Amino acid sequence: MASTRLGRRRQAAPALFLAPFLLLFAATLLAPIGYAVWMSLFREQASSGLGFGGTETLFVGVDNYLRALDDPGFRRGFAHIALYCLIYIPVMVGGALTLALLVDSALARAKRFFQLAYFLPHAVPGLIAAIVWGFLYTPGLSPVIDLLSVFGADWDLLGPDAVVFSMANAATWQWIGYNVVIFYAALQAVPRETLEASVVDGAGELRTAWSVKLPMIRSSVVLTTLFTAVGAIQLFNEPEVLRSRSSAISPEWSPVMFIYQAAFTEHDYGLAAAASLLLAVLGAVLSFAITRLGNRWKEA
Amino acid sequence: MALDTATAPIATVGAAPPRPQPPARRGSRSSRAVVNTLLTIVALYTLMPLSWLLVNATKDNGDLFGSPGFRLGEFNLFGNIADLFAYQDGVFGRWLANSLLYSVAGALASTLISLLAGYAFATYSFRGREKLYGLVLLGILVPPTVVSLPMYLLASEAGLVNTYWAVLIPSLVNPFGVYLARVFAEAYVPHETLEAARMDGAGELRVFGSVALPMLSPAFVTIFLFTFTGSWNNFFLPLVMLNDSSLYPVGLGLFGWNAVLPQEPQLYALIVTGSLLSVVPLAVAFLTLQRHWRSGLTAGAVK
Repeated sequence: MASTRLGRRRQAAPALFLAPFLLLFAATLLAPIGYAVWMSLFREQASSGLGFGGTETLFVGVDNYLRALDDPGFRRGFAHIALYCLIYIPVMVGGALTLALLVDSALARAKRFFQLAYFLPHAVPGLIAAIVWGFLYTPGLSPVIDLLSVFGADWDLLGPDAVVFSMANAATWQWIGYNVVIFYAALQAVPRETLEASVVDGAGELRTAWSVKLPMIRSSVVLTTLFTAVGAIQLFNEPEVLRSRSSAISPEWSPVMFIYQAAFTEHDYGLAAAASLLLAVLGAVLSFAITRLGNRWKEA
Repeated sequence: MALDTATAPIATVGAAPPRPQPPARRGSRSSRAVVNTLLTIVALYTLMPLSWLLVNATKDNGDLFGSPGFRLGEFNLFGNIADLFAYQDGVFGRWLANSLLYSVAGALASTLISLLAGYAFATYSFRGREKLYGLVLLGILVPPTVVSLPMYLLASEAGLVNTYWAVLIPSLVNPFGVYLARVFAEAYVPHETLEAARMDGAGELRVFGSVALPMLSPAFVTIFLFTFTGSWNNFFLPLVMLNDSSLYPVGLGLFGWNAVLPQEPQLYALIVTGSLLSVVPLAVAFLTLQRHWRSGLTAGAVK
């Protein structure tokens, strides 16, 4: 008897412990996603031209998705983040990996200091990072521009050509140290015997890094690439902050900015919901592709 | 603490015993110089904006534009801070207090909720456990910007828009925290200890509160730190949810000032000083709690 009571109690316990999280998870994640799908199928229309009669909600099927895909602003947004991803993801993952391998190599000194110096920008909120870099791109304020002009370079860091690089730089600055610490932690878990064997085989530092260390931390590399990509397609803070200083950035420059405009300026919730879900689908496709590539790397 | 013993093997591996080869094998003097020079250049890059912020928070508006970026002007830091807290009836102080409320209260509650869930996933077996856990993990990948708009509309139905709750409630949900909590609970809470407590007649809540929770204190600090950072950095959600500036967190407030800079250039010095002040709490937290965020990142990276 005692044992069945214990058994029942033990069944109730996980439900009790999981309840707060699952309730909130449902309310702030599952319900909004479901609601977004629902909203994306409808369109609100003023029933009278003057807006007195309130609005009526029309079922429009996939029309909102077609409108989003057809919108030149939205499509330009995807072109912008495609370019941004092409710059940002390789620089971030390649850069963080190179730095972690260098710090991990027998050649580096002051390993702790370097990790800390690289990580410190992560303590700066992304928004503040964008504001500070905005200052550092502003002529008259910026020591960077002063330095460039010493070498005779007269770059407009907020001009139409440079502004994508300027955004990627701000984001890289903020996140690279975080990824260096992750890679370094993974490298620390590589068994020393493996490394010693490689040295005995006559491999130099470079060779060891490339053919022994790198393959052993590939799951970290894949995971970091995944998070970097999912973060990159949601680009918002940097362009939104730099917009007040750069005429090259339109209010709907990135897809998330487009969604924000559609929802809170145009109050076109159906369009905004459809656009959000299209962005989520892109995120899922990217995650899937990166995971697949990662698995292939594992098998190779 | 349990964490010390857990990271100890890694630490000793890091401080590797002298390798068998003669030092010459470990790279020539020149390659050593190249590597350390490269690392130093990158460190200068990562530290440059922070030191620029530090130097320029001490300048008034005239010196900000009138003197080279890294040269100190007249020392006006305290004047700037006084101006900052006096501007618009001290709204900046209010923003800082709001940020603290969102981050500290939100992170405390969120950490506890994550630990409860992670502990349940780690110590009980029940039907559909791994499926449910998989769903939670998928939650890590959902772009927050995707759910913000429908969340705003749901919150406005519930009458929560433009209240503290609109920012606090969503910040309580942290799937990554649940993941970390499970990893920690599986590593640090032995089943035998729990069984022993049950034999002594402790209820399940009691077992968690008096036996498991103390063992999970390193996990608590780590998850708290991550959640705190997340809340302190959160920008999009408050931007969507709040339009009463007295409820703003500090980042959103500074963003508003930054957007009107072209019209109100006297705000330059205030924004630079305000940015510095809003960086200090996190920088201090990271520097003092290094061990904990390191172990959190390790758990996230290696498992």
